[in-house]
Amino acid sequence: MSSQMKALSPSAVPSQSFRRLAWRRFLRHRLALLGAAVLVCLTLMAMFAPWIAPMDPNRVDLMLAREGPSTAHLLGSDVVGRDVLSRLIYGSRVSLSVGLFSVSIYMVLGTLLGCIAGYFGGRIDMTISRLIDAVLSFPALMLILVIVGLLGPSTLNIIIAIAVLSWPEVARIARGQTLAAREETYVLASEAAGARPKRIILEEILPNILSPIIVDATFGIARAILVEAGLSFLGMGVQPPTASWGNMLNDAQSLSILESMPWMWVPPGLMIFIATISINFVGDGLRDALDPKLS
Amino acid sequence: MRAFIVRRLLIALPVTLLITLIMFVIINLAPGDPIDMFVGQQGLKPDEIERLRADLGLNEPVYVRYVKWLGQLFQGNLGYSYLDNQPVIHRLAERLGPTLSLMIFVILLSHAIALPIGVLSAIRQYSWIDYLATGIAFFGVSFPNFFAGLVAIYIFSLSLGWLPTGGLETMGAGFSVADRLYHLLLPGMVLAFREMGVLVRYTRSSMLDVIRQDYVRTARAAGLSEWSVTFRHGLRNALLPLITMLGLMIPRLFAGVVIIEQIFQWPGMGRLAIEAILSRDYPVLMGLTLSSAVAVLVGNLLADILYAMADPRIRLSEKR
Repeated sequence: MSSQMKALSPSAVPSQSFRRLAWRRFLRHRLALLGAAVLVCLTLMAMFAPWIAPMDPNRVDLMLAREGPSTAHLLGSDVVGRDVLSRLIYGSRVSLSVGLFSVSIYMVLGTLLGCIAGYFGGRIDMTISRLIDAVLSFPALMLILVIVGLLGPSTLNIIIAIAVLSWPEVARIARGQTLAAREETYVLASEAAGARPKRIILEEILPNILSPIIVDATFGIARAILVEAGLSFLGMGVQPPTASWGNMLNDAQSLSILESMPWMWVPPGLMIFIATISINFVGDGLRDALDPKLS
Repeated sequence: MRAFIVRRLLIALPVTLLITLIMFVIINLAPGDPIDMFVGQQGLKPDEIERLRADLGLNEPVYVRYVKWLGQLFQGNLGYSYLDNQPVIHRLAERLGPTLSLMIFVILLSHAIALPIGVLSAIRQYSWIDYLATGIAFFGVSFPNFFAGLVAIYIFSLSLGWLPTGGLETMGAGFSVADRLYHLLLPGMVLAFREMGVLVRYTRSSMLDVIRQDYVRTARAAGLSEWSVTFRHGLRNALLPLITMLGLMIPRLFAGVVIIEQIFQWPGMGRLAIEAILSRDYPVLMGLTLSSAVAVLVGNLLADILYAMADPRIRLSEKR
């Protein structure tokens, strides 16, 4: 039965040559390559933080508080004498994991709901589409603030809050793509061969509509990192002593620190910027590579 | 048109109710209630706590409280702040002005700068201005706005001393428009920066789309001047989709305002939100949720109506 099906449905999975072409287009995008290189470095930094960091990021040393950069503390120390460089290195763990996990969750959720709405249509589509509209008209950050502020600020709650509020965008893309794909001959052929909806969605439609979803997810990682950093900056995100780039900037709300101790707030701000712009470069490169029509 | 507006409002109403219901449940089921916040400060006795709880209606089940809240809402009453017993509507009203002025300033400023750059970068594709536009677009959406705010204060207020570090107006100087604008400039520019990034990119691609259309080629072939082709045939059509962007801008601005108001000590709704969350001031939080949801829905509705008025091809009576 399954070999018969494969014979009946022509090229449901994108061909090898498409991937090779896309890969070549991506390699031509210089900024995307630069971004990818930076991201690899950041990922390695996050993975090997305990070996790279010069000291324990949470070790408080009040005698050394607010010291400027020196050979002992390359980027100086913060208000309670913790080593800024070490906290910077450990902070990459929070940013990258929030970005990666929240986006993975809502990408799966949004894609599935979008595919189901687009494939079945009718009442199911109506219900899911209304839900998409409703969540999209939520003032997102306000709600994330309330959820995190009230449920208690933790990395897990931030990830959940971002995921719960971000899936509709992906769902909308997946739904539109599925609507178009379900009229294609390979889907009709598969239906004619008696394949079940679950199989058609997962094995025929999904591989063909992934490109725009992957592109959107890439930009989504950058957005999620910014949301986490913003929340932590406000003191409603990742809580000290755990270091996050956002909460390292929190102290700079005091004007005296802002004015005279730039080593405390400039490096984490720059790290957030470098991470998000690298991801956005990669997203741009992926868009050019996977979906040349869009650029 | 009227039928369209009525139908959209009929859809918007249950959506708004759904939003308030979800928020109400989340807010009221969250651990830690406002009484704990009071008790921490004032050291009340257990029976006093019980009385306070009853006064605020906190010992009733959530659904009863929601129905009561809804009933009051339909009579135009948003309840009273737990903090100072002021009507929530007053708390919101005094914060509305500063936030609204900030948002309007940002909308005007970002469009004034982003539209010309976006259009020029499309007309002169691959020129220096095109690279500038791409730069602004990447920078704008990647630069964290709180970091931009800190950098702006550091440069323009602390180092150069040109602009104030925050606040709505000079203390004790009384109201003057010039003074307000002076204080508005820095937070406004920082918030507009991100919007510019989004707008430049969007204007550029919309304009690129349009100038490749047949009717633009026809106009050029018919011998119309380049100026007329670009602006009368190109720009007017390219700006249409930007109306929809205006609708999407409002929820983004609500997000930006929370952070920017905090950094610049701007007494608007964003700061009120943070104050209300920290003090578990549920009625104020619900008022904020409702008003921002309504603002977003109204923004989208306005954008749809404007779009339909500007583009006769869209027939509102049709199903989307």
